[in-house]
Amino acid sequence: MSGARLFGPAWLTEGVKEALLQALVALILAVPLIGLKTVQEPGGLGLQTRWPAVAIAVACVFVGRLLLVIARHIWPPRPKAAHSPVVAARIRRFVRLLGPATIAFALLLPFLPFADRYVLDVSILVLTYVMLGWGLNIVVGLAGLLDLGYVAFYAVGAYSYALFAANFGLSFWACLPIAGALAATFGILLGFPVLRLRGDYLAIVTLGFGEMIRVILINWSSLTNGPRGISGIPRPDFFGVPFNPSPAPDASAFHTLFGIAYSPIQRVIFLYYLILVLALLTNLFTLRIRKLPVGRAWEALREDEIACRSLGINPTNTKLTAFAIGAMFAGFAGSFFATRQGFISPESFTFLESAIILAIVVLGGMGSQVGIVIAAIVLIGGPELVRELEEYRMLAFGGLMVLIMVWRPRGLLAFREPTIRLADFDRTARARSEPAATVP
Amino acid sequence: MPPFAPAAGGGNEQPTALLKVEHLTMRFGGLVAVDDVSFEAPNAGITAIIGPNGAGKTTVFNCLTGFYKPSVGRLTLSHPRRGPLYLERMEGFRIPQVAGVARTFQNVRLFGGMSVLENLIVAQHNELMHASFFSLAGLLGLGRYRRAEAKAVERARYWLDRVGLTARADWDAANLPYGEQRRLEIARAMCSQPVLLCLDEPAAGLNPRESSDLNRLLIGIRDEQRIGILLIEHDMSVVMGISDKIVVLDHGRQIAEGEPRQVRADPAVIRAYLGEDENEDLPPEVARDLARDGGSA
Repeated sequence: MSGARLFGPAWLTEGVKEALLQALVALILAVPLIGLKTVQEPGGLGLQTRWPAVAIAVACVFVGRLLLVIARHIWPPRPKAAHSPVVAARIRRFVRLLGPATIAFALLLPFLPFADRYVLDVSILVLTYVMLGWGLNIVVGLAGLLDLGYVAFYAVGAYSYALFAANFGLSFWACLPIAGALAATFGILLGFPVLRLRGDYLAIVTLGFGEMIRVILINWSSLTNGPRGISGIPRPDFFGVPFNPSPAPDASAFHTLFGIAYSPIQRVIFLYYLILVLALLTNLFTLRIRKLPVGRAWEALREDEIACRSLGINPTNTKLTAFAIGAMFAGFAGSFFATRQGFISPESFTFLESAIILAIVVLGGMGSQVGIVIAAIVLIGGPELVRELEEYRMLAFGGLMVLIMVWRPRGLLAFREPTIRLADFDRTARARSEPAATVP
Repeated sequence: MPPFAPAAGGGNEQPTALLKVEHLTMRFGGLVAVDDVSFEAPNAGITAIIGPNGAGKTTVFNCLTGFYKPSVGRLTLSHPRRGPLYLERMEGFRIPQVAGVARTFQNVRLFGGMSVLENLIVAQHNELMHASFFSLAGLLGLGRYRRAEAKAVERARYWLDRVGLTARADWDAANLPYGEQRRLEIARAMCSQPVLLCLDEPAAGLNPRESSDLNRLLIGIRDEQRIGILLIEHDMSVVMGISDKIVVLDHGRQIAEGEPRQVRADPAVIRAYLGEDENEDLPPEVARDLARDGGSA
């Protein structure tokens, strides 16, 4: 009790204790991470100690924690009401406005004054990840199958486009369905052995599958050119008309077709709209299939597989369709990636990519389409925006992720819109007055 | 005739054997959970399976609904439209799909994150899949799927009305109180249009009023839909009140089968429930000795 008198009120004593504990943890972490540094010395590597830096770090943690405790005492946190109907309704209204607004903004973006080559490039990157996130959302968010190897299908799509375009001279539009079909086939191929697995076990196997595809790409040199990758992948053309600064006299190019001056940004804008359309198709597909038997079966499977079986839903087919359709969209995105980059190598399809796509889905709020867009902007666009921070970029990135998870542990927009409402159904049925709806 | 009644089975007053269980045995390694059980369940009748805890009742259900493959035995379902079907040969999910055997679970298994109405629509999955050409028609926005869905919603609404959940149709199933979750599970099973409904302790955790509502619901289902109901239950007011037939299991063996009146008077059943007085047939002095030594043995 003397401590209480020494430091003042009891909550402050508790706070100091808490801060001391945190400082101790920080000290344990900081000694090897900050305190020791390897340096080049004449005889080899030497160790340099930086104890003042350790002291500063520990002091920062102590003071920071103490300030947090004081702040919490002055402004006590409001009780969590994450899933009350009021909040859900507010989010729903927000999303209903945000969705169309985002699409309108995306359509107009290339014509806005600040949209230079750099902004468009970043936007294309973000949209690629939005599409991948929406694709993975089918597998993870709807069907509840934790897939850590999603990048494998992205790679299959990219390599199918690269190989078909380079070897057979097929156009992008001919390759797109091929790439989608091949990726879907690989999705089924992965699906079969993991049918009985769920949760962690499924994650491990899919992780392994993702690595397998990458290792095969590295080692199957005769087909994939190994780690050197495939270069000279045909760039996209405007439905058969190339983007060519100096076309042959009798051939047409994009700028001559429309009678405008050539500019290299025309191709970038075309790529931008291409990925925008592909991503919106993915979104449309997901929104539609959620209201169809297959989509409802996916969600039911996520909720309870045993109950699904007791209702005569074939779990094998349901899981395989989820894997195949999710993989198909990754295949489309992969083809786009290959045609945009013009060069692909196995290095582009590491586990980190799978992790980022999964992070987008989880941060966005599982199953939330708009949440995925926001998460992709934050996770992919964010590091670009803070590029000036240079080596502190990844630190800021990590801090942001921690903040999101503290603020909204279930994802940015974690709520689920029922696929059908009795009230809405009655209204539309009355409006249509279909005979089937009037059965007693 | 009530809406959505099965086409066959109406007007047939003589209850026929819908389900015939012959020599059903289920072994898990050395443990015999169900040992040579044989009984029949009539069409348009309620058959209760009762017995003390661990008697193998749920194991019988799991064999019937395809969650276990029986070690020995034949399970014949005389489907009114498809003829005799051998359940022990069918793959798990085909039993509800083809044979029309629906079930509920001892600890309710709803799709908690989905709405009440969605739970009932998912139960009509197979019908909707056919109507929509495996969802393709729906994807293309054809009217055929819209009509099928409207019909599915109407069936769902019928069962929501029957179990008194219409006002809760757009709630998340997980947010319902326990008693309503139990009723929703029965409604979901009925939406799959079964010919045999298997209920695993439907009255567990219900208060007396809810439990008498349940009795009325089950009698209604039997008389209007004319399907067979198989029931595991501990609540004797439910079992004795509504069963047409009772099968008693104890330690995996079938010890009695018959009408409620017969079963209630059966000494083997009384022994199983109240415990056997092992010493009652012995001469009094031997029993006294046994009682004295029994504590130390």
